[in-house]
Amino acid sequence: MKPRTGFRVFRAVALVIVVLSLVAPLLWMVAASFKTNVDIYDSAKALVFTPTLTNYETVLQQANYVQFIGNSLWVAFAATMLSLLLGVPAAYSMSRFNMRKSALVVLMARVIPGVSLLVPWYYVFSNLRMVGGFSVLILSHMFVSLPLIVYIMMGYFDGLPEELEEAALVDGLTHIGAFRRITLPLSLPGIATAGILSFIFSWNNFMFALVLSGADTKTLPVAIFDFVGYASIDWGGLMAATTVVTLPIMLIALFVQKYIVSGLTAGATKG
Amino acid sequence: MPAVTAPSRAARGAAAMPDTPGWARWVNHHRKWLFAAPAMAFVAALIIFPLAWTLYLSLTDSSGSVRAESEFIGFRNYLDVLSDTARFWPAVGRTAAFTGVALFFEVVLGMAIALLLWRPFRGEKWVRVAILLPLVATPVAVGMMWRLIFDPNIGMANQVLGWVGIGPQPWLAGQHTALPTTIFIDIWQWTPMVVLILLAGLTSLSDEPQEAAMIDGASAWQRFRHVTLPLLMPTVIVAVLLRGIDALKTFDILYATKGRGGGSFHEVETLNVYAYGLSFDYNEYGLSSTVLILFFLIIIGSMWALTARRKGAGR
Repeated sequence: MKPRTGFRVFRAVALVIVVLSLVAPLLWMVAASFKTNVDIYDSAKALVFTPTLTNYETVLQQANYVQFIGNSLWVAFAATMLSLLLGVPAAYSMSRFNMRKSALVVLMARVIPGVSLLVPWYYVFSNLRMVGGFSVLILSHMFVSLPLIVYIMMGYFDGLPEELEEAALVDGLTHIGAFRRITLPLSLPGIATAGILSFIFSWNNFMFALVLSGADTKTLPVAIFDFVGYASIDWGGLMAATTVVTLPIMLIALFVQKYIVSGLTAGATKG
Repeated sequence: MPAVTAPSRAARGAAAMPDTPGWARWVNHHRKWLFAAPAMAFVAALIIFPLAWTLYLSLTDSSGSVRAESEFIGFRNYLDVLSDTARFWPAVGRTAAFTGVALFFEVVLGMAIALLLWRPFRGEKWVRVAILLPLVATPVAVGMMWRLIFDPNIGMANQVLGWVGIGPQPWLAGQHTALPTTIFIDIWQWTPMVVLILLAGLTSLSDEPQEAAMIDGASAWQRFRHVTLPLLMPTVIVAVLLRGIDALKTFDILYATKGRGGGSFHEVETLNVYAYGLSFDYNEYGLSSTVLILFFLIIIGSMWALTARRKGAGR
């Protein structure tokens, strides 16, 4: 159906407003990251100012952010890979054998408030001398990634016709062989979706790292939180830090938009 | 592909293949649980023991250090918490207000924006990218970004208000404006999520009911109210469910904008922030466990109520 002209004009105006209100704050953040603190305090220099890289120098050189970027990357990458390793076969089984109750066990992890698990985790892992290390961070982030991956992949496997595997069995492959050589290659788009989303959620996670990370394993969200001390806020530095943490994720979003949307809306349209 | 195997053999099932080693046949036969069990065991190990322990702690007076001696005090924590009108009930109220108001606006705005995006137009791709940006941004960073914009002295928000002749507002710094401001931030960040879900639902609808209603002379509003909305209802409920669970548990932007205890007057202290503070800022493990158990019951309860509605709407 083709909309009428009146509606199209109204839609264009409305969408410009929507886009501006979503993007303007982010642009404001990026702009402030290139301003000196004096310029940030000066409303006359809201839009016209001389850009400076001092804030980025502060953040990257003095505040150790290069290390925190590395920490965040490593934790998100490891948690995603391990969750895919556990989650993809699990989702396959749960989809093919219709194990909805078992799936519920994994999806519980999405519903439970993280704080209720953190006290026992902290106790157990500090007794094992793991608090402050990467392994416990990766484990806790897997707890976020795994349910997400299982949820997305179950929907994906539900949509893959079983006939393809049956044909492979007729050709003499074992069930495992059919999974490895037929199903897995066919589900690469789904795995990419699940992996990208898992990476983003892990990258953005704050609470688990707030409790479980140490000075050397701090991830970016915790580093940003620590940036705000009791003294007055270095706004320029803070905005450079927030830009450093959000920009990579937004660039990923630009390039793999389709995957992110299909992952976020997975299972939403099945009645 | 090994073409040597005869079809008749495959017909008897791959598990009976004589040229596969014994372990492979065993793996093949038990693949259902071999595939599913590791993930389930991982989640169960990280949930069941901690949850049981939280339940136990909620019946003790554990505080200071979890290693310290603690006494079993039965349901006294529950009585204390449930009669606590200074912190617990206000936190319940804030959690309900935060979730209710944020969800309401996210669904209404989300629906409006999804309807705008429904039919194809030029530049569609760029609008969709813009919608995705707040959604993927790190919540802590988003909180800090709005802290600058809402700063009462140097923030852009008060400047914009100044242009239209409205006086400066305290925003996050005000005792009564802080919670509405954090709700606004949540709406800014998560309305796009609702848009994407509803848009996926709209695109999966068939055109025929719409066209039929149009031929019958229904107005745009009537078509939305009586055709599109009922058909979209299951998707709306999914969006409310997914968004609602996360809104109830909101922590990052609240802690990033107001810090410990939800501000000096606890103005944005929701149940999750309260429980976190009791656990990690004040080490009151017994009390915090009690709050968490009650919080968990609230989440399960609201989910159950919603899924009951979802089944009702599906019929």
